[in-house]
Amino acid sequence: MHELSVATAVLDTALKHAGGRPVSEVGVRVGALRQVVPESLRFYFEIVARESPCEGAGLTLTEVEARLRCRRCGQEWAPQWVQFRCPECAAGDVEVLAGEELLVDYIEVEESQAKEAECIAPR
Amino acid sequence: MHRTKIRVVEDALDANNTIARANRSDFDRQGVTVVNLMSAPGAGKTSLLERVLSPPLDGLRVGVLEGDVQGSYDADRLASLHVPVTQLNTDPGFGGECHLDANMVRSALPALPLEELDLLVIENVGNLVCPAEFRVGEDARAMVCSVTEGEDKPLKYPLMFRTCELVVVNKTDLLPHLDFDLDRFLYNLDAVNPGVRRMLVSARTGEGTEEFREWLLELSARAQAGAAVSTA
Repeated sequence: MHELSVATAVLDTALKHAGGRPVSEVGVRVGALRQVVPESLRFYFEIVARESPCEGAGLTLTEVEARLRCRRCGQEWAPQWVQFRCPECAAGDVEVLAGEELLVDYIEVEESQAKEAECIAPR
Repeated sequence: MHRTKIRVVEDALDANNTIARANRSDFDRQGVTVVNLMSAPGAGKTSLLERVLSPPLDGLRVGVLEGDVQGSYDADRLASLHVPVTQLNTDPGFGGECHLDANMVRSALPALPLEELDLLVIENVGNLVCPAEFRVGEDARAMVCSVTEGEDKPLKYPLMFRTCELVVVNKTDLLPHLDFDLDRFLYNLDAVNPGVRRMLVSARTGEGTEEFREWLLELSARAQAGAAVSTA
Protein backbone atom coordinates (compact mmCIF):
# COMPACT_ATOMS: atom_id res chain seq x y z
CA MET A 1 0.00 0.00 0.00
CA HIS A 2 2.95 2.39 0.32
CA GLU A 3 3.30 2.31 -3.47
CA LEU A 4 1.00 5.34 -3.68
CA SER A 5 3.36 7.34 -1.46
CA VAL A 6 6.37 6.07 -3.39
CA ALA A 7 4.71 6.88 -6.74
CA THR A 8 4.04 10.43 -5.60
CA ALA A 9 7.64 10.87 -4.45
CA VAL A 10 8.93 9.51 -7.78
CA LEU A 11 6.59 11.79 -9.71
CA ASP A 12 7.66 14.90 -7.79
CA THR A 13 11.32 14.11 -8.38
CA ALA A 14 10.78 13.51 -12.10
CA LEU A 15 8.74 16.71 -12.50
CA LYS A 16 11.41 18.75 -10.77
CA HIS A 17 14.00 17.65 -13.32
CA ALA A 18 11.68 17.82 -16.33
CA GLY A 19 11.30 21.58 -16.07
CA GLY A 20 7.86 21.49 -17.67
CA ARG A 21 8.88 19.33 -20.68
CA PRO A 22 6.72 16.28 -21.42
CA VAL A 23 8.27 13.14 -19.93
CA SER A 24 8.12 9.88 -21.89
CA GLU A 25 10.00 7.62 -19.48
CA VAL A 26 11.11 7.55 -15.86
CA GLY A 27 13.84 5.12 -14.77
CA VAL A 28 13.80 4.11 -11.12
CA ARG A 29 16.14 1.87 -9.14
CA VAL A 30 14.41 0.18 -6.23
CA GLY A 31 16.17 -1.80 -3.53
CA ALA A 32 14.68 -5.15 -2.54
CA LEU A 33 14.43 -4.04 1.10
CA ARG A 34 11.99 -1.32 0.06
CA GLN A 35 9.31 -3.95 -0.50
CA VAL A 36 7.89 -2.21 -3.52
CA VAL A 37 5.48 -4.21 -5.68
CA PRO A 38 6.36 -3.19 -9.27
CA GLU A 39 2.86 -3.65 -10.73
CA SER A 40 1.32 -1.67 -7.91
CA LEU A 41 3.86 1.15 -8.29
CA ARG A 42 3.15 1.35 -12.05
CA PHE A 43 -0.57 1.42 -11.37
CA TYR A 44 -0.34 4.32 -8.92
CA PHE A 45 2.24 6.19 -10.98
CA GLU A 46 -0.11 6.17 -13.94
CA ILE A 47 -2.83 7.72 -11.75
CA VAL A 48 -0.79 10.37 -9.95
CA ALA A 49 0.92 11.42 -13.20
CA ARG A 50 -2.36 12.34 -14.87
CA GLU A 51 -2.65 15.95 -15.96
CA SER A 52 1.07 16.51 -15.36
CA PRO A 53 4.00 16.49 -17.83
CA CYS A 54 4.53 12.86 -16.79
CA GLU A 55 1.09 11.77 -17.99
CA GLY A 56 1.46 8.54 -19.98
CA ALA A 57 5.18 8.22 -19.18
CA GLY A 58 6.55 4.70 -18.89
CA LEU A 59 8.07 3.59 -15.61
CA THR A 60 11.18 1.45 -15.96
CA LEU A 61 11.98 -0.29 -12.69
CA THR A 62 15.29 -1.93 -11.92
CA GLU A 63 15.42 -3.97 -8.74
CA VAL A 64 18.61 -3.85 -6.71
CA GLU A 65 19.36 -7.00 -4.74
CA ALA A 66 19.94 -6.61 -1.01
CA ARG A 67 23.52 -7.01 0.23
CA LEU A 68 24.51 -6.91 3.86
CA ARG A 69 27.88 -6.86 5.61
CA CYS A 70 28.71 -7.79 9.16
CA ARG A 71 30.65 -5.03 10.90
CA ARG A 72 32.22 -7.56 13.27
CA CYS A 73 33.57 -10.31 11.00
CA GLY A 74 33.25 -8.71 7.59
CA GLN A 75 31.03 -11.44 6.16
CA GLU A 76 28.95 -10.27 3.19
CA TRP A 77 25.71 -11.91 2.13
CA ALA A 78 22.47 -11.52 0.20
CA PRO A 79 19.65 -12.17 2.67
CA GLN A 80 17.08 -14.63 1.36
CA TRP A 81 14.57 -13.56 3.97
CA VAL A 82 14.52 -10.72 6.46
CA GLN A 83 17.46 -11.91 8.51
CA PHE A 84 19.73 -9.10 9.62
CA ARG A 85 21.96 -11.12 11.91
CA CYS A 86 25.26 -12.30 10.48
CA PRO A 87 24.91 -15.92 9.31
CA GLU A 88 28.60 -16.45 10.14
CA CYS A 89 29.09 -14.97 13.62
CA ALA A 90 25.50 -14.01 14.62
CA ALA A 91 26.46 -10.39 15.32
CA GLY A 92 23.65 -7.88 14.99
CA ASP A 93 25.78 -4.94 13.91
CA VAL A 94 25.12 -5.12 10.21
CA GLU A 95 25.59 -2.63 7.43
CA VAL A 96 23.27 -2.46 4.44
CA LEU A 97 25.49 -2.22 1.35
CA ALA A 98 22.64 -2.29 -1.13
CA GLY A 99 18.90 -2.83 -1.20
CA GLU A 100 17.56 0.39 0.34
CA GLU A 101 17.62 2.43 -2.88
CA LEU A 102 14.65 4.43 -4.05
CA LEU A 103 16.40 6.37 -6.78
CA VAL A 104 15.07 8.21 -9.75
CA ASP A 105 17.88 7.23 -12.08
CA TYR A 106 16.94 9.11 -15.24
CA ILE A 107 14.08 10.69 -17.10
CA GLU A 108 13.51 10.91 -20.82
CA VAL A 109 11.95 14.18 -21.97
CA GLU A 110 10.54 15.29 -25.29
CA GLU A 111 12.08 18.43 -26.72
CA SER A 112 10.13 20.23 -29.41
CA GLN A 113 12.01 21.51 -32.50
CA ALA A 114 10.67 25.01 -31.91
CA LYS A 115 12.09 25.04 -28.41
CA GLU A 116 15.47 23.91 -29.71
CA ALA A 117 15.51 26.58 -32.38
CA GLU A 118 14.69 29.10 -29.72
CA CYS A 119 17.51 27.83 -27.59
CA ILE A 120 20.19 28.09 -30.24
CA ALA A 121 18.93 31.33 -31.79
CA PRO A 122 21.37 34.17 -31.20
CA ARG A 123 20.02 36.91 -28.97
CA MET B 1 10.46 16.51 -31.63
CA HIS B 2 13.11 14.26 -30.17
CA ARG B 3 13.78 12.58 -26.88
CA THR B 4 16.56 13.45 -24.49
CA LYS B 5 17.62 11.25 -21.62
CA ILE B 6 18.48 13.20 -18.49
CA ARG B 7 20.54 11.62 -15.75
CA VAL B 8 18.90 12.34 -12.40
CA VAL B 9 20.20 9.89 -9.76
CA GLU B 10 18.24 11.42 -6.92
CA ASP B 11 16.61 9.74 -3.96
CA ALA B 12 12.87 10.07 -4.50
CA LEU B 13 12.54 10.93 -0.81
CA ASP B 14 15.11 13.76 -1.00
CA ALA B 15 12.45 16.47 -1.07
CA ASN B 16 10.86 15.04 2.07
CA ASN B 17 14.21 14.60 3.80
CA THR B 18 15.19 18.20 3.08
CA ILE B 19 12.02 19.47 4.76
CA ALA B 20 12.55 17.00 7.61
CA ARG B 21 15.98 18.54 8.22
CA ALA B 22 14.43 22.02 8.27
CA ASN B 23 11.90 20.81 10.86
CA ARG B 24 14.67 19.27 12.87
CA SER B 25 16.69 22.46 12.99
CA ASP B 26 13.58 24.39 14.10
CA PHE B 27 13.01 21.84 16.86
CA ASP B 28 16.69 22.00 17.86
CA ARG B 29 16.63 25.77 17.99
CA GLN B 30 13.74 25.64 20.44
CA GLY B 31 15.41 22.83 22.41
CA VAL B 32 12.58 20.39 21.72
CA THR B 33 13.25 16.65 21.50
CA VAL B 34 10.91 14.91 19.06
CA VAL B 35 9.62 11.34 19.03
CA ASN B 36 7.83 9.90 16.01
CA LEU B 37 5.46 7.32 17.47
CA MET B 38 4.11 4.81 14.97
CA SER B 39 2.01 1.64 14.94
CA ALA B 40 -0.78 -0.21 13.18
CA PRO B 41 -4.27 1.17 13.82
CA GLY B 42 -5.52 0.14 17.25
CA ALA B 43 -2.18 -0.98 18.69
CA GLY B 44 -2.61 1.49 21.54
CA LYS B 45 -0.50 4.60 20.83
CA THR B 46 -3.07 6.95 22.35
CA SER B 47 -3.76 4.65 25.31
CA LEU B 48 -0.03 4.45 25.99
CA LEU B 49 0.26 8.25 25.89
CA GLU B 50 -2.75 8.60 28.19
CA ARG B 51 -1.02 6.30 30.61
CA VAL B 52 2.48 7.80 30.51
CA LEU B 53 1.77 11.54 30.27
CA SER B 54 -0.08 11.65 33.57
CA PRO B 55 1.21 12.44 36.14
CA PRO B 56 3.55 14.91 34.39
CA LEU B 57 7.10 13.75 33.72
CA ASP B 58 9.70 15.21 36.05
CA GLY B 59 10.95 18.50 34.65
CA LEU B 60 9.82 17.64 31.14
CA ARG B 61 7.16 19.71 29.42
CA VAL B 62 5.51 17.44 26.87
CA GLY B 63 3.28 18.25 23.92
CA VAL B 64 1.60 15.99 21.40
CA LEU B 65 1.06 16.43 17.68
CA GLU B 66 -1.78 14.14 16.82
CA GLY B 67 -1.85 12.87 13.23
CA ASP B 68 -5.07 11.38 11.91
CA VAL B 69 -6.73 11.03 8.55
CA GLN B 70 -9.73 12.88 9.97
CA GLY B 71 -11.42 13.82 13.21
CA SER B 72 -9.95 14.75 16.58
CA TYR B 73 -10.95 11.72 18.63
CA ASP B 74 -7.43 11.05 19.93
CA ALA B 75 -6.69 14.72 20.58
CA ASP B 76 -9.91 14.97 22.59
CA ARG B 77 -8.84 11.99 24.69
CA LEU B 78 -5.45 13.52 25.42
CA ALA B 79 -6.81 17.01 26.13
CA SER B 80 -7.96 15.91 29.59
CA LEU B 81 -4.31 15.24 30.51
CA HIS B 82 -3.58 18.96 30.44
CA VAL B 83 -0.77 18.67 27.90
CA PRO B 84 -0.80 20.84 24.77
CA VAL B 85 -2.26 18.77 21.93
CA THR B 86 -2.30 19.90 18.33
CA GLN B 87 -4.41 18.10 15.76
CA LEU B 88 -3.07 17.50 12.26
CA ASN B 89 -5.45 15.96 9.74
CA THR B 90 -4.20 14.51 6.49
CA ASP B 91 -7.51 14.37 4.62
CA PRO B 92 -6.88 17.37 2.32
CA GLY B 93 -4.38 15.06 0.57
CA PHE B 94 -5.10 12.44 -2.05
CA GLY B 95 -8.13 10.83 -0.37
CA GLY B 96 -6.51 11.34 3.04
CA GLU B 97 -2.82 10.51 3.34
CA CYS B 98 -2.09 7.38 5.32
CA HIS B 99 0.99 8.87 7.02
CA LEU B 100 2.50 12.15 8.12
CA ASP B 101 5.27 13.53 5.96
CA ALA B 102 7.75 16.29 6.72
CA ASN B 103 5.75 18.93 4.90
CA MET B 104 2.55 18.19 6.83
CA VAL B 105 4.45 18.48 10.10
CA ARG B 106 6.04 21.70 8.82
CA SER B 107 2.60 23.13 8.13
CA ALA B 108 1.64 22.40 11.75
CA LEU B 109 4.69 24.14 13.26
CA PRO B 110 3.02 27.57 13.65
CA ALA B 111 0.27 25.94 15.72
CA LEU B 112 2.74 24.22 18.06
CA PRO B 113 3.77 25.98 21.30
CA LEU B 114 7.40 24.89 20.83
CA GLU B 115 8.86 27.51 23.19
CA GLU B 116 6.82 25.93 26.01
CA LEU B 117 7.96 22.36 25.28
CA ASP B 118 10.91 20.10 25.99
CA LEU B 119 9.50 17.04 24.28
CA LEU B 120 7.10 16.66 21.40
CA VAL B 121 5.50 13.30 20.68
CA ILE B 122 4.24 13.06 17.12
CA GLU B 123 1.56 10.39 17.05
CA ASN B 124 1.63 9.25 13.45
CA VAL B 125 -1.33 7.90 11.47
CA GLY B 126 -1.95 4.24 12.31
CA ASN B 127 -0.19 2.32 9.52
CA LEU B 128 2.78 -0.06 9.49
CA VAL B 129 3.93 0.80 5.99
CA CYS B 130 4.08 4.39 4.76
CA PRO B 131 5.10 6.18 7.98
CA ALA B 132 8.35 4.18 7.88
CA GLU B 133 9.35 5.90 4.62
CA PHE B 134 8.87 9.49 5.68
CA ARG B 135 11.11 11.22 8.19
CA VAL B 136 9.45 14.23 9.77
CA GLY B 137 12.40 15.75 11.65
CA GLU B 138 12.34 13.48 14.69
CA ASP B 139 15.18 12.63 17.09
CA ALA B 140 13.90 9.11 17.61
CA ARG B 141 11.40 6.70 16.12
CA ALA B 142 9.46 4.36 18.33
CA MET B 143 6.63 1.98 17.60
CA VAL B 144 3.89 0.21 19.47
CA CYS B 145 3.03 -3.35 18.47
CA SER B 146 0.28 -5.16 20.32
CA VAL B 147 0.14 -8.86 21.11
CA THR B 148 -3.17 -9.14 19.24
CA GLU B 149 -1.37 -8.48 15.95
CA GLY B 150 0.44 -11.79 15.58
CA GLU B 151 4.07 -12.81 15.98
CA ASP B 152 4.91 -12.57 12.27
CA LYS B 153 4.49 -8.79 12.02
CA PRO B 154 8.23 -7.94 12.13
CA LEU B 155 8.76 -10.24 9.15
CA LYS B 156 5.86 -8.74 7.22
CA TYR B 157 6.75 -5.11 7.89
CA PRO B 158 10.54 -5.12 8.25
CA LEU B 159 10.82 -1.54 6.98
CA MET B 160 8.86 -0.29 9.99
CA PHE B 161 10.44 -2.59 12.56
CA ARG B 162 13.94 -1.82 11.32
CA THR B 163 13.53 1.93 11.39
CA CYS B 164 12.62 2.17 15.10
CA GLU B 165 15.02 2.29 18.02
CA LEU B 166 12.33 1.19 20.44
CA VAL B 167 9.53 -1.34 20.08
CA VAL B 168 6.84 -1.24 22.75
CA VAL B 169 4.88 -4.49 22.94
CA ASN B 170 1.45 -3.52 24.23
CA LYS B 171 -1.64 -5.31 25.61
CA THR B 172 0.42 -7.87 27.52
CA ASP B 173 -2.53 -8.21 29.94
CA LEU B 174 -4.26 -10.16 27.14
CA LEU B 175 -1.48 -12.75 26.80
CA PRO B 176 -3.25 -15.42 28.92
CA HIS B 177 -6.21 -15.29 26.52
CA LEU B 178 -4.27 -15.47 23.25
CA ASP B 179 -2.24 -17.96 21.24
CA PHE B 180 0.35 -15.24 20.69
CA ASP B 181 3.84 -16.73 20.99
CA LEU B 182 5.83 -13.96 22.63
CA ASP B 183 9.18 -15.75 22.29
CA ARG B 184 8.55 -16.25 18.59
CA PHE B 185 7.66 -12.57 18.20
CA LEU B 186 10.81 -11.46 19.99
CA TYR B 187 12.88 -13.87 17.87
CA ASN B 188 11.37 -12.41 14.68
CA LEU B 189 11.92 -8.90 15.95
CA ASP B 190 15.56 -9.68 16.64
CA ALA B 191 16.01 -11.15 13.15
CA VAL B 192 14.77 -7.92 11.58
CA ASN B 193 16.31 -5.42 13.98
CA PRO B 194 19.03 -7.18 16.02
CA GLY B 195 19.36 -5.90 19.57
CA VAL B 196 16.59 -3.29 19.26
CA ARG B 197 15.35 -2.01 22.59
CA ARG B 198 11.95 -3.38 23.52
CA MET B 199 9.48 -3.04 26.35
CA LEU B 200 6.56 -5.20 27.40
CA VAL B 201 3.68 -3.07 28.61
CA SER B 202 -0.02 -2.96 29.20
CA ALA B 203 -1.40 0.53 28.69
CA ARG B 204 -4.63 -0.79 30.20
CA THR B 205 -3.22 -1.93 33.54
CA GLY B 206 -0.17 0.32 33.48
CA GLU B 207 2.23 -2.60 33.85
CA GLY B 208 5.64 -1.79 32.37
CA THR B 209 4.67 1.71 31.30
CA GLU B 210 6.98 3.35 33.84
CA GLU B 211 9.86 2.12 31.65
CA PHE B 212 8.46 4.11 28.73
CA ARG B 213 8.32 7.23 30.90
CA GLU B 214 11.96 6.65 31.80
CA TRP B 215 12.83 6.20 28.13
CA LEU B 216 11.27 9.58 27.30
CA LEU B 217 13.36 11.22 30.04
CA GLU B 218 16.52 9.44 28.85
CA LEU B 219 15.84 10.43 25.27
CA SER B 220 15.40 14.07 26.17
CA ALA B 221 18.63 14.01 28.22
CA ARG B 222 20.46 12.34 25.32
CA ALA B 223 19.17 14.92 22.82
CA GLN B 224 20.15 17.80 25.13
CA ALA B 225 23.64 16.31 25.54
CA GLY B 226 23.90 15.96 21.76
CA ALA B 227 22.85 19.58 21.29
CA ALA B 228 25.42 20.72 23.85
CA VAL B 229 28.14 18.81 21.99
CA SER B 230 27.17 20.21 18.60
CA THR B 231 27.15 23.82 19.82
CA ALA B 232 30.37 23.43 21.85
